[in-house]
Amino acid sequence: MYLSTIGRREHAATGSRRKLSAVGANVFALGAVSLVTDVSSEMVTAILPVYLVLGLHLSPAAYGLFDGLYTGATALLRLVGGYVADRVRRRKAVAGVGYALSAVMKLGLLAAGASATAIGAVITLDRAGKGLRTAPRDALITLSAPEPLLGRAFGVHRAMDSVGAFAGPLVALGVLAAVGATNPEAFDAVFVVSFCIAAIGVLLLVLFVRDRRTPRTTQSASVSPRAALALLRGRGVRRLLVAACVLGLATVGDGFVYLLLQHKEDVATGWFPLLAVGTNLSYLLLAAPLGALADRIGRLPVVLGGYGALAVVYLLLAGPVSGWPLFALALALYGAFYAATDGVLMALAGPLLPEALRTTGISLVQTAQALAYFASSVLFGLAWQFWGAELAIGVAAGAAVLAIGVTFVVLSPRRTS
Amino acid sequence: MKARILIALAGVLVLAGVAVAYVGFASARNHDVTATGSVSLVPGPRLLFRSTADADRGHVATVAVTDPGGARTVSPLSCARVYAAGGTGLCLRPDGDLTTYQLVVLDERLLSRREIPLVGLPNRARVSASGRMLAWTVFVTGDSYNGGMFSTRAGILDTATGDLAGTLEDYAVTLDGKPYQAADLNFWGVTFTRDDRQFYATMSTAGHRYLVAGDFAAHTIRTLRENVECPSLSPDGTRVAFKSAIDADPAKGWRLSVLDLTRSVVTPLAETRSVDDQPAWLDNHTIGYGIPRGPGHSDVWSSPADGSGAPKLLIPDAESPAALSP
Repeated sequence: MYLSTIGRREHAATGSRRKLSAVGANVFALGAVSLVTDVSSEMVTAILPVYLVLGLHLSPAAYGLFDGLYTGATALLRLVGGYVADRVRRRKAVAGVGYALSAVMKLGLLAAGASATAIGAVITLDRAGKGLRTAPRDALITLSAPEPLLGRAFGVHRAMDSVGAFAGPLVALGVLAAVGATNPEAFDAVFVVSFCIAAIGVLLLVLFVRDRRTPRTTQSASVSPRAALALLRGRGVRRLLVAACVLGLATVGDGFVYLLLQHKEDVATGWFPLLAVGTNLSYLLLAAPLGALADRIGRLPVVLGGYGALAVVYLLLAGPVSGWPLFALALALYGAFYAATDGVLMALAGPLLPEALRTTGISLVQTAQALAYFASSVLFGLAWQFWGAELAIGVAAGAAVLAIGVTFVVLSPRRTS
Repeated sequence: MKARILIALAGVLVLAGVAVAYVGFASARNHDVTATGSVSLVPGPRLLFRSTADADRGHVATVAVTDPGGARTVSPLSCARVYAAGGTGLCLRPDGDLTTYQLVVLDERLLSRREIPLVGLPNRARVSASGRMLAWTVFVTGDSYNGGMFSTRAGILDTATGDLAGTLEDYAVTLDGKPYQAADLNFWGVTFTRDDRQFYATMSTAGHRYLVAGDFAAHTIRTLRENVECPSLSPDGTRVAFKSAIDADPAKGWRLSVLDLTRSVVTPLAETRSVDDQPAWLDNHTIGYGIPRGPGHSDVWSSPADGSGAPKLLIPDAESPAALSP
């Protein structure tokens, strides 16, 4: 019966439609924490390749190892973190541990020195912190905004998050400029500043984010491994997981999309990082408006529209459009796809999950999507290798269209009683 | 609420203060390097390298072969990677800000003859014995290390004709004798033969890493054997020094070894530490390589090419070694 509310226009939302502040102070507090934390993590991300290769002389193969290091481990940890947060009824505390762990690991990079093993461990723990905090944070968002405004709440949060991701590399460049890029202390300075900013994020979380603890009597009995498994038997959750997997499978990976764009246009590789910037800009601008739109016209149509945008991106990569129109259109639509699906899917998931197991449920959905995404990236790599880029991207476009159909059938409103 | 805002403000001020103080402290320790002399690339009994000493980090320097640990001549030129042979130098260095790099072709007096923009992070640099052919490897990265894709790109420049192969990925590849096409081809660590036309390199695809032989004129590449990375051809052209992943697993480290090309025999060197560098032949019997020592520091060591003896510390606080006349 929950599902009958998914696609429906939410009349309750219309009353406070014009007020962004209606999404709640807690959502803004969580957004601020994410913003600050993303500045910190993206400034390290921006310089890490340079540090590993030029500072520490890691070879291509060693560098590649770091890429694949954490995929499996963090997926598992996300589930554990989600369950523990529900079990101890402290979502904020578990999220806080995740944020704090990542913050401390910025100093860990400093301490790891040139040891590849130590750096691998530090990066893994950093990603573990991210795995730990994501589901409790999203669960807190679902508990911090009125249900009809969830799309907007996630939109606001994701927009604030992207602002941080945008500013991070700029802050890193600023620090390098201040210290002198050839200064042996340059990387250390970036790590120290990154730690300080991450610590500010933890401070904001501790001081301004409020947890909502429901009374123990109604809770403790319902949070057990058995109850978590029972989640999977609920029709709503199962449909949601199917949808998350299908959506994950239709996404072939940013790297491939950018490589194909580059391939098609033969642009200088220097533009490569700018492709991600273009996508992020579009995501940043569209996240809040599309979230609000989802609250008004229904979340399912917006998610389906997002996958429509993805299908068009794939078709553009295979089609005759070229030059700047191709780039502008493809990146704008790619950002729109993320804006229409990332937060909105969580807004869809939140109300379908019992409050006591919400973090567990959200981590399940996110893990399913992440694993499906990983599988589709591997499959697309093989398809590219055996069939060539043209056919592979055509198949991907077909998969996106198919995903729209399957998602519609699985999640569309129906009478269940 | 008021108390919390005050605590937040105090906390932010303290943390911002720490950050600013550290940046100030770090920039105060930045100082200019004064060159101690002019470095010449004219072939002679000298070793060229990149200094990692605090006083002149990044600067190109030379020492006498007879006294490698002794007095060094430091040039004003700064590079991330350097190599030279036959009177031609190759310097990979930042181009303005940190995000872009350039390749600089150097003449005998370390003056720039040609500059080519590079995209990606410089990793390997090589010059053919005659000084005619140049090769380099860069990492090409996406925007993120988190789940992002990485790849390498190896390029070759013929300084005689100006022919430039920006990437070897366009070459016709034969794997185990059969034509092979893949999107995940990566090349790195090029080394040239005496004829300035053939070369050896590393190719990775589908999780395997191969020693490949290439032809610059014919644009072809064929695989020779597996698990041979960063090859370096001996001055007499009979052997290839390389690093191999221990148990074919890069996570376990690399072992320096020498492959006899005619007999197909592999001899591990006496060096048992993991070496992640493209080895350089200092003469027909000695191999030099860098070993990192803490962030930003590195030493050049040498080992006999026949697997005998023991590793020897050759040039302290140095990396990217090149013998100017092997």
